[in-house]
Amino acid sequence: MIPFRYSAPASVEDAVTMAGEPGSRFLAGGTNIIDLMKMGVEHPSHLIDITRLPIDRIEEHQGGVRLGALTRNTAVAAHRLIRERYPVLSQAILAGASPQIRNMATTGGNLLQRTRCFYFYDPSYSECNKRVPGSGCAALQGNNRIHAILGASDRCIATYPGDMAVALAALDAKVVLRGPRGERSEAMDTFYRLPGDTPNIEHDLLPGEMITAVDLPPVQATGSRYLKVRDRNSFAFALVSVAAMLNIDAAGKITQARFALGGVAPRPWRVPEAEDALRGKIPADSVFRDAADILLRGAKPYRFNGFKVELARRAVVRALASASTRA
Amino acid sequence: MEQSIGKPISRVDGILKVTGNAIYTADQPVPGLTHAVLVVSSIAKGRIVSIETSDAERVAGVIAILTHKSGMKLAKDPTKVDSSQPADRALQLLQDDRIFYGNQPVAVAIAETLEAASEAAERVRVQYDSLTPSISLDVPGSYVPKKAGGAGDPGQSHRGDPKQAMSAGDSRMEEIYSTPFHTHSPMEPHSTIAVWDGPTKLTLYDTSQGIFGDRKRMAELLGLDPENVRVVSLFLGGGFGSKGPTWSPAVICAMAARHVRRPVKLVVRRPQMFGPVGCRSATRQTISVAASKDGKLLALTNETLSHTSTMDEFVETSTLPTRMLYSVPNNETVQRLVRSDIGTPSYTRAPGEASGTFALEVAMDELAAKLKIDPIELRLRNYAERDENKDLPWSSKSLRECYRQGAKRFGWARRPGEPRSMKDGDQLIGWGMATSVYPARRSPASARARAYPDGNFLVEAGSQDLGGGTYTIMTQIAADVLGVPVSRVTFRLGDTRYPETPVSGGSQTAASTGSAVFKTASELKKKLSRMTSADIAAQPYIEVEASTEENPDAKKFSSYSFGAQFAEVRVDRDLGQVYVSRMTGVFAAGKILNAKTARSQFMGGMVWGISMALHENTAYDPRLRRIVNNNLAEYHVPTNADVGNIDIAWVEEDDEHVSLTGSKGIGEIGITGASAAVANAIYHATGKRIRDLPITPDKLL
Repeated sequence: MIPFRYSAPASVEDAVTMAGEPGSRFLAGGTNIIDLMKMGVEHPSHLIDITRLPIDRIEEHQGGVRLGALTRNTAVAAHRLIRERYPVLSQAILAGASPQIRNMATTGGNLLQRTRCFYFYDPSYSECNKRVPGSGCAALQGNNRIHAILGASDRCIATYPGDMAVALAALDAKVVLRGPRGERSEAMDTFYRLPGDTPNIEHDLLPGEMITAVDLPPVQATGSRYLKVRDRNSFAFALVSVAAMLNIDAAGKITQARFALGGVAPRPWRVPEAEDALRGKIPADSVFRDAADILLRGAKPYRFNGFKVELARRAVVRALASASTRA
Repeated sequence: MEQSIGKPISRVDGILKVTGNAIYTADQPVPGLTHAVLVVSSIAKGRIVSIETSDAERVAGVIAILTHKSGMKLAKDPTKVDSSQPADRALQLLQDDRIFYGNQPVAVAIAETLEAASEAAERVRVQYDSLTPSISLDVPGSYVPKKAGGAGDPGQSHRGDPKQAMSAGDSRMEEIYSTPFHTHSPMEPHSTIAVWDGPTKLTLYDTSQGIFGDRKRMAELLGLDPENVRVVSLFLGGGFGSKGPTWSPAVICAMAARHVRRPVKLVVRRPQMFGPVGCRSATRQTISVAASKDGKLLALTNETLSHTSTMDEFVETSTLPTRMLYSVPNNETVQRLVRSDIGTPSYTRAPGEASGTFALEVAMDELAAKLKIDPIELRLRNYAERDENKDLPWSSKSLRECYRQGAKRFGWARRPGEPRSMKDGDQLIGWGMATSVYPARRSPASARARAYPDGNFLVEAGSQDLGGGTYTIMTQIAADVLGVPVSRVTFRLGDTRYPETPVSGGSQTAASTGSAVFKTASELKKKLSRMTSADIAAQPYIEVEASTEENPDAKKFSSYSFGAQFAEVRVDRDLGQVYVSRMTGVFAAGKILNAKTARSQFMGGMVWGISMALHENTAYDPRLRRIVNNNLAEYHVPTNADVGNIDIAWVEEDDEHVSLTGSKGIGEIGITGASAAVANAIYHATGKRIRDLPITPDKLL
């Protein structure tokens, strides 16, 4: 680890001002940034500890719920409003990491966790366009069993590794940002950028901008499910995950479907056409499989992750089937 | 006095551990301590062209950056090993520019603080001239080693005429089974603190499973009289075999301390555990079986390919169980080694038996399925009444009773014969079983015991406690012999100032050091019985020291621990995710000295068996041939959510042919057969026979 400066500003305004300097990083739960610093992946010159800022509330907001950026994963997952109105979010959070990590990790920090690509995480590998732009992508010809099948480019095939953001994407959540030029919000769906030619740029945060909250809009769903398939039953990143929500009317027809995939793309993966295809349909595995095929359209597997296409298809079918029977 | 042996006595060091008062190696308070951080190679084969250290040297608090250019001379070529010392490894001690494997130490940064040493290590720039490494088993040049394993078994074995018999059987099969590389991942990484007292005396706090072997190796490399090297290893946070040999980082720590003339602490960072401190080699085992239609084995062969490094030889002895576990007149096994550009593989819990029982016990399950014979019945029809490999009677064998009790506890009689017969919603349920086997070994050992006039006793023996409970069982053995409560006996270990004992490996500590403690306590008791209480009170203490030899009965009997393991799995029929919902293990391992620590040992082995079946895999990059998952987020071992109910029992035995206490050793048997039981249960659940570990969801789609 390389030495760095440490500050603990007293207000969001001060934090945002400090963060304008190049080389600054916010420190919240520290469950990822500290690890990356120890590994020699991140070398911030200035860590801005924001954990004392008053943005750690969970409250009703415009008919939905606002999660302060510093709410801890454990608190969000356990909160009555979340368990009752957004069970898919509670399930997604509890499917991630370990209790100890969830006690530390925050909503804002979790959104910004970085990929688990082997070659990104270990700087002794010289090729990584995300870490060192222009250096190449070792994963393309490497051990790419855990890598993306959707949304990748020939510069980077890393996945977004988290669970919470997959549920937030399906929930149409909005990320509230505060920066030098004031407050704005952005849809979860477009917050993350695809790698293209610049895999080092992962999201739409402007210099100095801070995530201050995540807004959950009101949701109409008769059933939901977060399903995670992984190599071990806890404390493992998703091979494939699915956040699924269905609204089914009294006649048994689907009026609205929303579902996102995790573990397969550089961001939570949603395709509106796949969701529209379910509208008006009676729930059935065959119907869900057709929707999964649309969701997975254009999937491009690499040498070791071909199984993810079929695994994702099956996981979508299972998650939707489960959401169709759950209250 | 009621005996303590066999009782579920809590660890005598338990309070120390849970209160943080057990001083582990890296926690030793040493005045004037400096900190070392290794720099390791980022290529797997080639040469160092240059090492740029000036940036690193400028870091405040840095004392030295040492490389192969620093001229640190050794008394002996570290790449030459004495073949009579099976735990000695060829070491890479900053002597030249050659790179033999990824993560090989190439430099070490020493600083006043850990932070400065870490920063300096990160600022060292190494340029390499890289060659294409090989980690494939499919390369020409494999060879048969003369000896295989720490006990010096031959590299191949032969009895009868397997070729002829193969063509004669009613039922024949040949399958290939693969197990991957494993990296020992004890909670406590390898750590060393080196403290020199002048140029000729060294104290080494070292995470060693074998302090006397460590002392010998350190002394010969550093040019010291072994009497002037003291190795201390009071508590270990796991070892699993990885801390048996003396590895490069520990010697580099001592070299660095000599160079900077200050005490140095070196803790191997977790990613650096993947390379320089051993691994379990991947294996590819080809097993051929011929049997009569009623299931009698006619021929059984195992050809095992495994890796060694380019600079040293180590054999993952997977063929050993095939030689002796079943009665079969025609048997042939051969170990073949392939040289690869990897850190030398080494002893990993049940080396050979863990991987060997996977292949053999899955093959037996396949034969049972093919012949439609119950898997236990097939094993009983081929029950070995003596060791046909060594042509000796068993010193004890209660395997039949293990099968019987295990089957009863597990409910095996209700198992439907056909796979895919049991379901629960989306889950397919399967039951599998396998046999466990591990040799019972004993080496020379010695101990010292003192009686104090106040009625308390002190017993000392070198030895080591990997966390398994050596402190506790040795205390019990001494207390029972002396006829006093365990609270009156203090047992000390982990210091070469105590009487010499063997490496804590090969499950031999209870039998070896236990026999020495038994004998020493017996002699002390005898001595005390000849003295009056006035005589005893007149002296500060009464002391005896005694030794026990190698097992004198080892030439007359073959000694093994045995067991039977049963697993129930629930497999998601669409998604391939596996959960081991319950396991039963019944073992026959001689006298069980402590019901609580023994249960934990068996359970730890069984959980590692689940890990082997489903999780563990040191993954390599296919192009650069370096390890990619060098951290505990990506190198998976089981979590609580992966382990269902574990039911453990044992068959009472008292094997006087192995040890003075009647115990046979339990450190390793729990992992043997466990992965096969899980794999066989997965077959029973799904009808899919996976012969390539680990069985991850993608293999079951």
